[in-house]
Amino acid sequence: MTIRAARWSVVWLALSLGMLCVLGIALGSAVGSTGVESWLTALHDDVAWQIVWDIRLPRSVGACAAGALLGLAGALAQGLFRNPLADPYLLGSASGASLGVAVALALFGGHPFATEWLVRVGLTGAAFVGAVLAVLLTLALARGVQHTLRLLLAGGIVGVVLGALASLITLSRPDVLQGMQGFLLGSTSFIGWTSCLLMWSVLLVCTGLAVALSRVLDALSLGEATALSLGLPLAPMRVALVCVLALATGTAVAQTGLVAFVGLAAPHLVRSMVRTPNKGVVLLSALMGGVLLLAADLLARMLLSPQEMPVGVLTAVLGGGYLLWLMSRRPSMRAAP
Amino acid sequence: MKTGLMALRASDVHVALDGHEVLHGIDVSFAAGRWTSIVGPNGAGKSTLLKALAGLVPVRGRVHWFDQDFITLDRQQRAQQLSWLGQNETASDDLRVWDVAMLGRLPHQGWWAAPNAHDHAVVETALKATQAWDWRERSLGQLSGGERQRVLLARAMAVQAQVMLMDEPLTNLDPPHQVDWLEQVRCLTSQNTTVISVLHEVGMALHAHDMVVMQAGRVVHQGACADAATHRAVEAVFDKRIAIYSLAGQWVAVPQL
Repeated sequence: MTIRAARWSVVWLALSLGMLCVLGIALGSAVGSTGVESWLTALHDDVAWQIVWDIRLPRSVGACAAGALLGLAGALAQGLFRNPLADPYLLGSASGASLGVAVALALFGGHPFATEWLVRVGLTGAAFVGAVLAVLLTLALARGVQHTLRLLLAGGIVGVVLGALASLITLSRPDVLQGMQGFLLGSTSFIGWTSCLLMWSVLLVCTGLAVALSRVLDALSLGEATALSLGLPLAPMRVALVCVLALATGTAVAQTGLVAFVGLAAPHLVRSMVRTPNKGVVLLSALMGGVLLLAADLLARMLLSPQEMPVGVLTAVLGGGYLLWLMSRRPSMRAAP
Repeated sequence: MKTGLMALRASDVHVALDGHEVLHGIDVSFAAGRWTSIVGPNGAGKSTLLKALAGLVPVRGRVHWFDQDFITLDRQQRAQQLSWLGQNETASDDLRVWDVAMLGRLPHQGWWAAPNAHDHAVVETALKATQAWDWRERSLGQLSGGERQRVLLARAMAVQAQVMLMDEPLTNLDPPHQVDWLEQVRCLTSQNTTVISVLHEVGMALHAHDMVVMQAGRVVHQGACADAATHRAVEAVFDKRIAIYSLAGQWVAVPQL
């Protein structure tokens, strides 16, 4: 395959994934307890319009954005930590975000006008701060990012400890139990247009930053010494990458709860389809993540219809299976250090 | 020994790793346009010296690049003037050979700039020089260890730096490609590029113009590879377990069993 052909394969994959996103959003607006009728009669029926415009459409648009954020974060994590098993959650950010949300709910959840503020912006902020602090704690415990095993162990420890703290808060405040349970299971059913606006805005910012920083990921793949020798200011770039990683993860997790494996699977799927530097991997992983979560959301709504499965449960089952398949297929992953 | 222009000079260089000093006041200089090999037993501090020269580890002392204090050069200038090929340098299996080699052009590119025609031409030349051009569309994961090493050498050459530092560049290379590497280094020095390499294989290191012999974090000898004094120094640091002889117009290191 020539360089030109390789570029075209990237463009074709991007276009295909973009079209799948649009198709998924369109399908998502037609799937629900009232069936496709609401979609067909939306222009004439106010209730149908409300179902399609206020419930189904923002849910699908939001699922696409959340998946894209997780896919992007996964590509960044794998590039930054030079480990195909790294995803944002493995570094403790999910537990950090959970703890942030638990603290925010416990502190402000009962306030009469706090709900709006918390749900729209505050939970995102709390999840973001929790995710950043958790990742930084993991990096501090691992004394950098050079030792993969130490990093993953530190991430596991941080995840367990922060998860336990979140559980402790939830236990001591039964009024936040329901909110936390929904958060932990992962769900797209509460996404509204404000959440969509927030996630798409963050996605835009994170994508721009990730593309700008993608050269650092390329250079880091040659090792730290070589990246330094190429004139890159690694320390501030790493901090910037961790911030983008935490912002993307925190934003998605705050709106949809813990959706497993999208961040891990999206970059792997992209790399199995095209060979491209990290700029392409990051952009395509975002698109792939959007497609994956949209597809999972559609399945979660259709499998037990008219009931719904929490989308996080579905992605965990499918993602776990995918990971096992990946491990059996790639000998290098079986022997990963 | 050396009277010409010095490309790199270390003066009273000390390096500590994890609080433990591993280089103890190194004074050494490297002539421009020549190939110098650094040899010594394991733990002598060869790779650390190379990293110190490249500015990759914190150093106490002075490193001069063509009589200019290295520390006064900004990060990009340093990256343009000094190319580094690390020991067991890794790269993502998913990256294509072309993209790996193109990373060598990073020091010459603006942050947002895409590679230009000159960058493409330089990368093409480097890949052809290391005979890696035919695999340019393959991913690294599809290459053998030796083939990877040639791609990484092309990446280092694509920097087009005046000084190339290579730590164990012959790792994974089979004998024919080791010979190719020797020819490549001679070609580089003929174009006035300074090459400094750490080599475990003393026989290969003896093909260099000059040699720096290290032991226990110190330089114990520096001289031309053809000098008898250099040979004696090499034999001494390896506890006389090797002996250097002349064979068919070349110096060879023979194990003393």
